[in-house]
Amino acid sequence: MALGTKSVDGTFASVKLMRDIFTFSLIASTIRLGTPLVLAALGGLFSERSGVINIALEGKMLAGAFTAAAVTYAADKSLGLGNMSPWAGLFAGMLAGLFIAAIYAVICIKFKADQVVSGAAINILMIGMPGFLSGAFFLSSGSTPQIPKDHLLPQSPIVIAIAVLVVVAIIWYVLYNTPFGLRLRSVGENPEAADAAGVSVSKIRYSGVLLAGVLAGIGGAYLSIGQSSLFTRNMTAGRGFIALAALIFGKWRPVQTLLACLLFGFTEAVSIQMQGVFKLPSGEDIPVQFIQMVPYVLTIVVLAGFIGSSRPPRALGIPYQKEK
Amino acid sequence: MTKLARDLLFPLIAVVAAFIVGGILILIVGDNPLDAYALLLGSALSWPDGIGYTLFQATPLIFTGLAVLVGFRCGLFNIGAEGQLYIAAFATAWVGIRFANLSAWFLIPFCCAAAILSGAFWAAIPGVLKAKFGSHEVINTIMLNFIAVALVSYFTQYHYKVPGDPILQTAPISEHAYIPPLGKFIPGFPERIPLNVAFLLALLCCLLVYLFLWRTKWGYEIRATGSNPFAAEYGGISIRKQIILAMAVSGALAGMVGINEVLGNRHRYYDGFSDNYGFTGIAVALLGRNHPVGVILAALLFAALQHGGIYVDGFSEHVTKDIVQVLQGIIILFVAAEAFFKWLLGRKASMERLRA
Repeated sequence: MALGTKSVDGTFASVKLMRDIFTFSLIASTIRLGTPLVLAALGGLFSERSGVINIALEGKMLAGAFTAAAVTYAADKSLGLGNMSPWAGLFAGMLAGLFIAAIYAVICIKFKADQVVSGAAINILMIGMPGFLSGAFFLSSGSTPQIPKDHLLPQSPIVIAIAVLVVVAIIWYVLYNTPFGLRLRSVGENPEAADAAGVSVSKIRYSGVLLAGVLAGIGGAYLSIGQSSLFTRNMTAGRGFIALAALIFGKWRPVQTLLACLLFGFTEAVSIQMQGVFKLPSGEDIPVQFIQMVPYVLTIVVLAGFIGSSRPPRALGIPYQKEK
Repeated sequence: MTKLARDLLFPLIAVVAAFIVGGILILIVGDNPLDAYALLLGSALSWPDGIGYTLFQATPLIFTGLAVLVGFRCGLFNIGAEGQLYIAAFATAWVGIRFANLSAWFLIPFCCAAAILSGAFWAAIPGVLKAKFGSHEVINTIMLNFIAVALVSYFTQYHYKVPGDPILQTAPISEHAYIPPLGKFIPGFPERIPLNVAFLLALLCCLLVYLFLWRTKWGYEIRATGSNPFAAEYGGISIRKQIILAMAVSGALAGMVGINEVLGNRHRYYDGFSDNYGFTGIAVALLGRNHPVGVILAALLFAALQHGGIYVDGFSEHVTKDIVQVLQGIIILFVAAEAFFKWLLGRKASMERLRA
């Protein structure tokens, strides 16, 4: 019996399980939790398709999350922006991501530093920086003050879903239907040929990395002033790395990456909603830790080529040395 | 410039530059950088607490620094030391609990073997994945970090926690598995300071890593693979074997953090015990220019900063201990961007030429 045992009310346990899982609230929280992942992962896509590894997504999200929360709070307190303050916060979070990305870009592209090392440095720096600044400005140990509920970004899953779909559509269009997209992809695959064709490899890479900063900054901002109402210490909790995982799982393509982010957002939503244990129809419990592992295990499996192959852009991680 | 001068000069410039940038940040938030730095570094030199705690904090950093170093020498970036040391610390505690009846003579080596082998095993996974499927070890080690943390948290929570204990930690290990604090051997050095014989093991490992990499055939092959894999393969070295071997050795070193933590300090596995040791190990290896002696010096610097962070938190008005992470990040950025300093020096030279 494939569907499992019949329960008292006459439905099959596994059907009931599916019904229990796919409730509206779970779908809504999948969208909410998936949104920061989608933004950061698509940012990473621009950077990596141009040939620059982006393990610093985590740091950029932290920068965006902290700045957004701090500015939203300050915009209301000192500038009296009221309901407009989250938009000021969102903009500031975006700028913070851009700023961090600019540092990363100069080090990696101009000075040809190791991209993984620099990315790791950015991540370590951004674990400390929000605590350092909030200790100084808010006299707290790493978090910003609470922001009032009516000063947050829109929460409605439908609004967010539409916004995210629009962003993905734009990114897909830019990547596959514009000269910029073509150049970006060619620089990531074969910078020598792109250079010979008159494309400035470093300019394209700068734009890729900076776009990553902007999108990851917005993703981070949504964490602190959308999903939550303040910044707390290390609040991304590895989401930058999950976004990176989704990018790989989505084979560096926008639509697949979106789906991967929703899948990973879903695993997070399940692990929150099941509060510790996930009951199988057979009555066995799956501890939440195993659900949390899913994105990481899937990424390793896909990267090894067990489910189709996930091939990174050919020039990923290699600084471009123009021939003299 | 001789190689030694360069090896000493660039890390020194990176540290000084990072302290200058950090100083500007401290000024911006409204404190005196000199006072903050005096608190940060000065507290590390007091006897016995400052020195004792600094050496204790340096112990895991030497292990993880060596771990990252061995990877780098083979051209691999092991960002997974954090996961490896969690797995290893749990395995160490597991042996210490499970075989509580063994005498110290058997139990301590057995626990150490558990730490070393489990760390090596966890690191060998991305090694094998890279050797067999060509998948990037950076991504896999990052993913395995999260898997490791979730896995040991599961085992701790569901199988090895003392029922009713509100803290996520295992039961204590057998007293036979305790390794002695150095206070037992040094007169005037209090036993309450957790500095233990694992520190001596860390120093021994520096020597062993040096001998392994620069005095054995295996080490030579690892370094050859790291400096030019194509030439190495052409010369008859199996790159795949070297990748797996280097990752395993790297993981074994990271795993020894478990010896310091579980046998020497808390005497149990404690969820979330690592203060980013694995990631700081990256900074340690890079600042130490991937040399065992450099690793010791860099580990001492970062340990002193970490210890000093507590005093900064307590005694300065605006600056918090987060300054330590900020400095660490800036130091690695400067080390990574060595070309930046060369560019700076080169530009100065060309400006002078223009003027002349």
